[in-house]
Amino acid sequence: MSSDVLVRVERVSKKFCRTLKRSLWYGVKDTAADMLGGRSSDQLRTDEFWAVDNVSLELARGECLGLIGRNGAGKTTLLKMLNGLIKPDTGRIELAGRVGALISLGAGFNPILTGRENIYVNGSVLGLTKKEIDSKFSDIVEFAEVGDFIDTPVQSYSAGMHVRLGFAVATAIKPDVLLLDEVLAVGDVAFRAKCYERLAQIRNSAAFVLVSHDTDQIARVCSKVLVLERGTALYLGDVGEGIRTYQELARQHMSMAPHEHTAGGTVASIVSCDDTIADGGALNVSLSVKINEGVEVADVRVVLWGDDGLAALDSYTRTQGSSFGLQPGCNVLKLVVGPLRLKRGSYAISIAVLDRANNRHLYWGDRIRTVDVDGATAGAVSYTPPLVCTSISSGNDHIPPASLASSTCE
Amino acid sequence: MIEPNTGPRSVKSLVTVYTPESPLRQPRQFVRELISDLWGSRELAWRLFVRDLRAQYRASLLGYVWVFLPPLVASLPFVYLKSAGVISIGDTPIPYAAYAMVGAIIWQTFVDALNSPLRSVNAARAMLTRINFPREAILLSGLMQVGFTFVVRLALVIGVFAAFALKPAATSPLFVIGMISIALTGFMIGLVLTPLGVLYGDVQHSLPIASTFLMLITPVLYPVPSSGLGAMVASLNPLTPLITTTRDWLTAGAAVQHIAFLVVSGVTVTLLILAWVLYRLALPHLVARLGN
Repeated sequence: MSSDVLVRVERVSKKFCRTLKRSLWYGVKDTAADMLGGRSSDQLRTDEFWAVDNVSLELARGECLGLIGRNGAGKTTLLKMLNGLIKPDTGRIELAGRVGALISLGAGFNPILTGRENIYVNGSVLGLTKKEIDSKFSDIVEFAEVGDFIDTPVQSYSAGMHVRLGFAVATAIKPDVLLLDEVLAVGDVAFRAKCYERLAQIRNSAAFVLVSHDTDQIARVCSKVLVLERGTALYLGDVGEGIRTYQELARQHMSMAPHEHTAGGTVASIVSCDDTIADGGALNVSLSVKINEGVEVADVRVVLWGDDGLAALDSYTRTQGSSFGLQPGCNVLKLVVGPLRLKRGSYAISIAVLDRANNRHLYWGDRIRTVDVDGATAGAVSYTPPLVCTSISSGNDHIPPASLASSTCE
Repeated sequence: MIEPNTGPRSVKSLVTVYTPESPLRQPRQFVRELISDLWGSRELAWRLFVRDLRAQYRASLLGYVWVFLPPLVASLPFVYLKSAGVISIGDTPIPYAAYAMVGAIIWQTFVDALNSPLRSVNAARAMLTRINFPREAILLSGLMQVGFTFVVRLALVIGVFAAFALKPAATSPLFVIGMISIALTGFMIGLVLTPLGVLYGDVQHSLPIASTFLMLITPVLYPVPSSGLGAMVASLNPLTPLITTTRDWLTAGAAVQHIAFLVVSGVTVTLLILAWVLYRLALPHLVARLGN
């Protein structure tokens, strides 16, 4: 193993079984095979499937791999193999240095014991000696923000406190390889920010593997991405490209069925709606709303959804300081949203008509129409301006101070 | 806290490799890991033991009463049946009530040890499927619990001896060695059954039934029968020399069988090592089958 590669995964596979009875029996057989010095077969038996199929990757110190994929794609299974909790059925895994894993926070916590007692137990489970825990104890308590609750049984902790304490203990080890399984998804925003900061501290000295469904998080932390789908590596490499691959995958499996709801005897229908918009053009929708009682102050809200399932824009008369009234009987609303600067693609339209007095939906049409936008080809959901960068060599080895960079470069 | 490691350092000695091959193919490395993990799990085992003990007694009203009840409940009916003349039991070196009580305490330690490994592994499922730690720790912690319970029960033995104004025999220090051998035998059988027991509930269901049956056919609450079917069963039962020898070391009885005791103990230790190997090899497969 070269000195900088900390994780090497070569053609690793793992099979699981669909039926419990067979699964348990295969467990007995595999154990017996190990006991006799053989190896489990690398062929699928009845009811088996590849949970992880022929995955290879390498990770060096300072790199962070984002592991993304839909539920059941094999992310946790791969992580568990990396952590040595389960054995691969084919291939080989090599890890250099101390391995830390946050597959679940607080797995060793006993609810009846106090936070203090649990810190020592959980710390030992993670491989820390009593001395090491002693020296880190106050840091752990401070980081976890449990304060006076440290001598209270863990069962009366809030979910957030439980998670904070778990993360604080688990990151007290100094790993060379750190495996993180969606643990950063919990906790409030402030605590998550703290977690990022802590991860950034060890960024240069360790290799990370981060499992997450949060693409923003992946984009923020990772230097490369592995997209898993049904156990196989669909994409390995650039973060942006990997996230796009994942979003495309997610979109294919997303339910995009339109829904319409009305309240208080409202009858509403779309009279007309643009189906294409030029770059910089506006979306025109005409909507008829028939109501029994008049509404003094009404609002309308239009949301366009990109093909990754995220809102591309959300435009609302109330936040823009305008409104209109509705008469009893039939009203025709003419909506104009624009000018639009969106990435080229197809967008789903959601429209809501609301009674401001009681925040009631008179009409709510979710993804009722789609519109094709002829916009820019680059960017994520919304239009992204082109970015141009040219490299200028200064001819010497000195890195100019940041604030003077433009004036000292020759 | 996470502290930055100071630059790249030599990690050559710390390379971990996972392959599908059986670890037995590299016997030297396997044995080295076996020993280093056992050694490395002492502190964790102690911590888990203390954790379980604290939690157990903190969430209990009667506390130690639960330690004393099982041997009392097992032996008192026999004392009653004998005194009522329903059953007849041969001569015992000390009054029967004390004899039965000591037997029941010895037996209960065997049963505790028998149940210990499977109970520990089942209780640690969440940890085993999520954290990589020396797997020996939960076994050791279970053994410590068996030992602790026995030490507490010794108070009962002392109480019984005092109540009957008995003096322990000169050989009574050997009693402790006997108890260790009995506990390890129970533990070994329990450990052999553990991989199967983690996968299938049948093992856990059958253990209490099997141990009650075993107690009745083993000379626990009665001395070794001198003739007939009872004598034959007792002579074939490997637990007989362990139980009777251990008890008679304490009570100065005549049923001490040194050779048989040593043979059974030797077999126990050999099988215990094999059971340990089985446990280590089985765990990754068990974790895979247990899921989350």
